[in-house]
Amino acid sequence: MLNYLIRRILYAIPILLGVNLLTFALFFMVNTPDDMARIHLGVKHVTADSISRWKIEHGYDKPLFFNEKAVGAARAADTLFVEKSLKLFALDFGAADDGRDIAREIKTRMWPSLAIALPTFLVGLLAYISFALLLVFFRGTRLDTAGVVLCVALMSISGLFYVIGGQYLMGKLWHWFPISGYQPGLDAWKFLVMPVLVSAVASIGDSTRFYRSLFFEEIAKDYVRTARAKGLSELRVLFRHVLGNAMIPILTGVVVVIPRLFMGSLIIESFFGIPGLGSYTIDAIQAQDFAIVRSMVFLGSLLYILGLVLTDISYTLVDPRVRLE
Amino acid sequence: MIKPVLLWSDALILLLLWSVAGLVWLARNNETLRGPWRQLLRNPVGASTALILAVYVAIGLLDSVHYVERLPDTPGQAARYSGEVRSGLDWALTPLRENVEKTYSAPFATHLYAKETLKGPDGGELRDFPRLKYGGAHLADARQDFWPDLLTRGGLGMLAGLIAWLVFFPLFQRGSEGDLVATASSAKNKSPLTLLWERGGLAPAFAWTLLAILLLVGLLIALAPNYHILGTDKVGQDVLYLSLKSIRTGLLIGSLTTLVMLPFALGLGIAAGYFGGRVDDVIQYLYTTLNSIPGVLLIAAAVLVVQVQIEAHAELFNTAAARSDVRLLALCGILGVTGWTGLARLLRAEALKLRELEFVQAARAFGVTHSRILLRHLLPNVMHLVLITVVLDFSGLVLAEAVLSYVGVGVDPGMISFGNMINGARLELAREPVVWWQLAAAFLFMFVLVLAANLFADQVRDALDPKSSGRK
Repeated sequence: MLNYLIRRILYAIPILLGVNLLTFALFFMVNTPDDMARIHLGVKHVTADSISRWKIEHGYDKPLFFNEKAVGAARAADTLFVEKSLKLFALDFGAADDGRDIAREIKTRMWPSLAIALPTFLVGLLAYISFALLLVFFRGTRLDTAGVVLCVALMSISGLFYVIGGQYLMGKLWHWFPISGYQPGLDAWKFLVMPVLVSAVASIGDSTRFYRSLFFEEIAKDYVRTARAKGLSELRVLFRHVLGNAMIPILTGVVVVIPRLFMGSLIIESFFGIPGLGSYTIDAIQAQDFAIVRSMVFLGSLLYILGLVLTDISYTLVDPRVRLE
Repeated sequence: MIKPVLLWSDALILLLLWSVAGLVWLARNNETLRGPWRQLLRNPVGASTALILAVYVAIGLLDSVHYVERLPDTPGQAARYSGEVRSGLDWALTPLRENVEKTYSAPFATHLYAKETLKGPDGGELRDFPRLKYGGAHLADARQDFWPDLLTRGGLGMLAGLIAWLVFFPLFQRGSEGDLVATASSAKNKSPLTLLWERGGLAPAFAWTLLAILLLVGLLIALAPNYHILGTDKVGQDVLYLSLKSIRTGLLIGSLTTLVMLPFALGLGIAAGYFGGRVDDVIQYLYTTLNSIPGVLLIAAAVLVVQVQIEAHAELFNTAAARSDVRLLALCGILGVTGWTGLARLLRAEALKLRELEFVQAARAFGVTHSRILLRHLLPNVMHLVLITVVLDFSGLVLAEAVLSYVGVGVDPGMISFGNMINGARLELAREPVVWWQLAAAFLFMFVLVLAANLFADQVRDALDPKSSGRK
């Protein structure tokens, strides 16, 4: 187990390095720091002087990979790649273009993100699996057919519709919840219910259909027939045998996203005015603040790889046959 | 005088059409390839969704024929052309395009959304809703004549649609003798109409869908020149016109992305599965790396870069249409480059299985080269997976466009698309009375397209995937 974990962590390094190289290439080579300076200074008052001043202020005045002026190890170390990209490995995210410390922003903003994403995740999972089991229980009947048609219809609706419709109905028409905003502390629930509901409902069609087909695959297997032949009730077959054995494929899709919950959701957070990491990212995209976007890409990759490792570990918990060597 | 203009996306559409036509031509006499498609068209859901998609595609294609108009000649100068690129759809919808009101107006409204200071009949001033410049402008008395006019025009339009249906109807009934015998044997308990349609090889549902579409088209043609059927937007543009124009953008994103994605997915996926070893390691590393980056962020990052590059080389794109076209293509490219990993993984697993099968082993034993095995033995055997994925991905991409445009990394803000329509209208729900029509129109057009695509994709999967057939 320990060996396996160490191997996985070692394997993560080249992947993260690849991610860094990719974003570095995008943001520093295709788009030179000069381009960046030009965007931020505006088109009107751009002189070679003001560009180099901006670059010095924001620490972009170094060569990309190789510093000819430096001596010794600093030749490779005192470069943009080390400064802006490799430092991310030490979770040193640097400062955003407005001068604020990105790491501190992440620390404060991840809690609102988590407050939305975690309930959404749990409520959603519970609802989708229950609906899917319900459809499987009534398989072959009109209810199942109607359910599947409803799922296809629901998944054909744009996610934006759920957000806008939810805000309009629950916020404006019925006055159940404030339309947007956030408040730390216990009062936060008022602001959380609507985004959680909306995002859980938004993927109900997709996910229910997915879990339904997953259970269907499971139900065709021999052990289910054996269980029925023993005279077990259909409910017991579904919950004890099918659900238990479907855990592996369910976990494959589910565990990997858990670490990413910290990053929140771009759309939901910006629509509902939640000051989380998702809206932080979207603001950065709109303000073309590349430092934040790069940090978020790195963080996202890191959490994804963490998710993959967690998925493998979770297999050992639900299936005694799986051993990590 | 007009001069045709070929935008880059138009050229790629031509390429796409040409390759699809080529594939169809190659497959025309191959019963194994034709069978599933015939089965698809006999299926009621398959036939009607195919028809709906065909209507969307036709609108998109008409919107892809671009031209510029020649400006009136000034003596002593070479011919000059307008800087505004128009399309065949613009030409067909000229009244809709030109009937621009001052600001919002509700569907079928005869009066503007906002009050203005008007001159009263006695010369004094009063604040009231002014009559629209075009919507219902032909009515002498907007209140009294509205319903009779609407019903006559609508009725005539639908009648024309019905007549068109009756004319089109016999076109689809060319069944062969063999089909006739086959249907005659199963003719019990079926209505004559059902029989008639089955002989043509199409499900009866096709007829009803066609009728519905023709009635709708008749209604729209009869009413659209005189009313704003779906209202107008903030700057007074007809929402129906905007919705129809958005179709091309959605279709392009759904299809061109596939064009970009396929070479990566096919080449890398099959190679990884077939060669294994080092090749497999490298390709797996590639797609794990790409996968580990949050999708929207990678797209956003790449779009930001493209945006800066377009701004830096503004001189290359002389019209606004050319600029937004390049941005659209860049978006398709980015979505394609980031989106091939799923299909590649699927193909890798399939190739891994196939390379152990006897026919591949035999080919290898005979000394057939790797490239020939890949092309002749592996590729045809994974094509069904490719086709299913392409159709399944399509609807997701259409929906993704709206979200990306909202985030600000989608198509050019000046381009007419579902995402931009929604983005422009979402704040208007806060108004009193609510401006709902622009949102509703965008969502409705998108919903019909995506629903048809989803249902069609399911049917394609059932028809092509040997594993899923029989399982409901």
